[in-house]
Amino acid sequence: MDLFTDWTLRVVALGSGLLGAVSGMLGSFAVLRRQSLLGDAVSHAALPGIALAFLITGTKATVPILLGAAATGWIGTVVVRLIVRRSRVPYDAALGLVLSVFFGLGLVLLTIIQKRPDAAQAGLETFLFGQAAALLRSDVVVMAIVAGGVAVILLVLWKEMKLLAFDRSFGESMGLSMGRIDSLMTVLLVLTIVLGLQMVGVVLMSAMIVAPGAAARQWSKGLGSMVILASLFGIVAGVSGAVLSSVVRGLPTGPTIVLVLSAIVGLSLLFAPQRGLVWRRVHLGRLRRRPRQEPVLMHLLALSLQHPEDPDHGHDLSVLRTMSPADVNVAMALEALAERGLAQRDSSGRWAPSELGRRDAQKTLSREGRL
Amino acid sequence: MNPELEILLIAVVTAVACALVGVFLVLRRLALVSDAIAHAILPGIVVAFFLTGSLTSPLLVVAAAVTGVLSVALIEALHRTRLVAEDAATGLVFPAFFSLGVIMVSRWAGNVHLDTDSVLLGELAFAPFDRWIVAGKDLGPSALWMMSGILVLNLVLILVAAKELKLATLDPALATLLGFSPVLLHYLLMTAVSITAVGAFNAAGSILVVALMIAPPAAAFLLVERVAPMIWLSAVLAVLGAIGGYGLARWLDVSIAGSMAVMSGIIFAASFLLAPERGLLSQARRRASQKLEFSVRMLAVHLLHHEGTEREKEECGLDSLSRHLGWSDGVLRQAVGHTVHKALAFVESGVLHLTEEGRLFAEDLSVGVD
Repeated sequence: MDLFTDWTLRVVALGSGLLGAVSGMLGSFAVLRRQSLLGDAVSHAALPGIALAFLITGTKATVPILLGAAATGWIGTVVVRLIVRRSRVPYDAALGLVLSVFFGLGLVLLTIIQKRPDAAQAGLETFLFGQAAALLRSDVVVMAIVAGGVAVILLVLWKEMKLLAFDRSFGESMGLSMGRIDSLMTVLLVLTIVLGLQMVGVVLMSAMIVAPGAAARQWSKGLGSMVILASLFGIVAGVSGAVLSSVVRGLPTGPTIVLVLSAIVGLSLLFAPQRGLVWRRVHLGRLRRRPRQEPVLMHLLALSLQHPEDPDHGHDLSVLRTMSPADVNVAMALEALAERGLAQRDSSGRWAPSELGRRDAQKTLSREGRL
Repeated sequence: MNPELEILLIAVVTAVACALVGVFLVLRRLALVSDAIAHAILPGIVVAFFLTGSLTSPLLVVAAAVTGVLSVALIEALHRTRLVAEDAATGLVFPAFFSLGVIMVSRWAGNVHLDTDSVLLGELAFAPFDRWIVAGKDLGPSALWMMSGILVLNLVLILVAAKELKLATLDPALATLLGFSPVLLHYLLMTAVSITAVGAFNAAGSILVVALMIAPPAAAFLLVERVAPMIWLSAVLAVLGAIGGYGLARWLDVSIAGSMAVMSGIIFAASFLLAPERGLLSQARRRASQKLEFSVRMLAVHLLHHEGTEREKEECGLDSLSRHLGWSDGVLRQAVGHTVHKALAFVESGVLHLTEEGRLFAEDLSVGVD
């Protein structure tokens, strides 16, 4: 297996796995807080920062470029918040504005860089689509540190983060500074996105944030299991995307990871227990097929009450059918009632309630206050 | 026509076409659908490009429109399952479509004139090279014809269905009641957005289309109150953004599409700051004047309360007032200045006294207060 012998592939797989893990963790919160598209805005807003950092330092060193990206990405979130709070422009339009205008600015700066004589600029465009293959060991180390840091912060501030996701005002009423926790969360998200840019690129980074959380949400009922599952999904998608793209020619890493993630989301939406579409359909179908027995039992009682001298007097199936709506499978309901010992069939195939069935139906009637 | 004028014309036509549909996106809170559609049409474009070998064929428009509407329908279907929120559904669908497109390009297109960079970024500068030639006669750049056609389509849509669109946007329930189908109108609009996005692809690329669709309407949204003026103002602002962006690009010799987006952003920022009613500046001015008015009232009541008492000199002395009201010196100076200026009070040997008018003013304010 290449994964264990090929050095580059190992670095790439490790890097994308780590990225998947972090973005899964933070993405869960973004999905729950309906901030799925904030990541999209941040990743686009990072572009001018990348270009500016290069213009200022003149090098492609990772750290200044990431800092620049994080700076403008963060400014992007601030501008979105400012627009929403201080004007009637809705949230989605503010996101779209910041996303596209910052990106346009980045593009302008990139074309300025392209004209400069120093040739070192080649490769800045890789941030558009990401270039996982160019990942260095040092990048993976940075990513591991960030992943570990995010995990630790989430563990330490678990309760606060949970409040932020589900009941912010309750948190505020407990005297917690939710604004500060919100900012911390945004900073972590921005950092993760910026790290992901060099791997999967501007456009696809938003999927890294949304997809693992959205898939994990289908399988889990608690925040803890959701976050863990989301990071697992992220790891699986990251590693398998990296491996797939190295095995199959002409399969770029970023899009491959996203397609694997999309497949995971699709499977989760279909097959997750309790929530999944297939599960829902099967369950609903079963509910619909199983006829309600109670009304049929009531009809049996009503018929037997007309023969007080002979409570076991039977009636034809066709009589009972006329008493129920057309779409009720009366025969099946009668069989089920007989199985439970509530109804009986005499030798000529006519139906009557059993002793037990009569008592049961009487009980129901008196409970409903009709007798 | 010289190439520069052609580029400028394409830019202007593209910007206006985008802004026209953008108005309804902004009003219907569907701004990010433009982002989603602009990315999701990529696979449609790639397939059509392989079939025709041209980036300006009508088939491209059809394929893109189909893919765009398909992606919107998928987003809505996902949202309707109630398994994911609407924003998450958007964030799931368009990257998947886009990834598919990128993989198709990198696997099969290889060296063809369709690389992923130009898809994302667009390059207006090359548009004049692709010309529409009929029977040996050069009719101008194909992009200009295509974009003009799309602009006309959008104009027709707005002129014919403006009332219906407006109604379905602002009051969908009433629209249904009156027999218009908001769903039909919605998909009509989505088709228009998809067609516009593919047309603008050449000029602006899939990301900057969003700026052209959102920025002018958002700016106009802060400047006017009604839908019709908003549509025309958006178109005007779009023209300004296109011309300004083109000028900026020529001046700095940078990407035309990028500087058009930047210029649209600047236009929005200007209206965000300076809009007469809703701008940040007039908000600040309004807040400041309310604050001043409030402190003048407060001061007048304070003076009335201590008028003629033993401690009047202390309570209403110019040097000690700030301590008693708990105000900073700056606020106090402004309030005193304003009060004196409006002849509500006067200063006599360092103590502030109410005038007759000021007394009436203060008494009026303290009616009902013990």
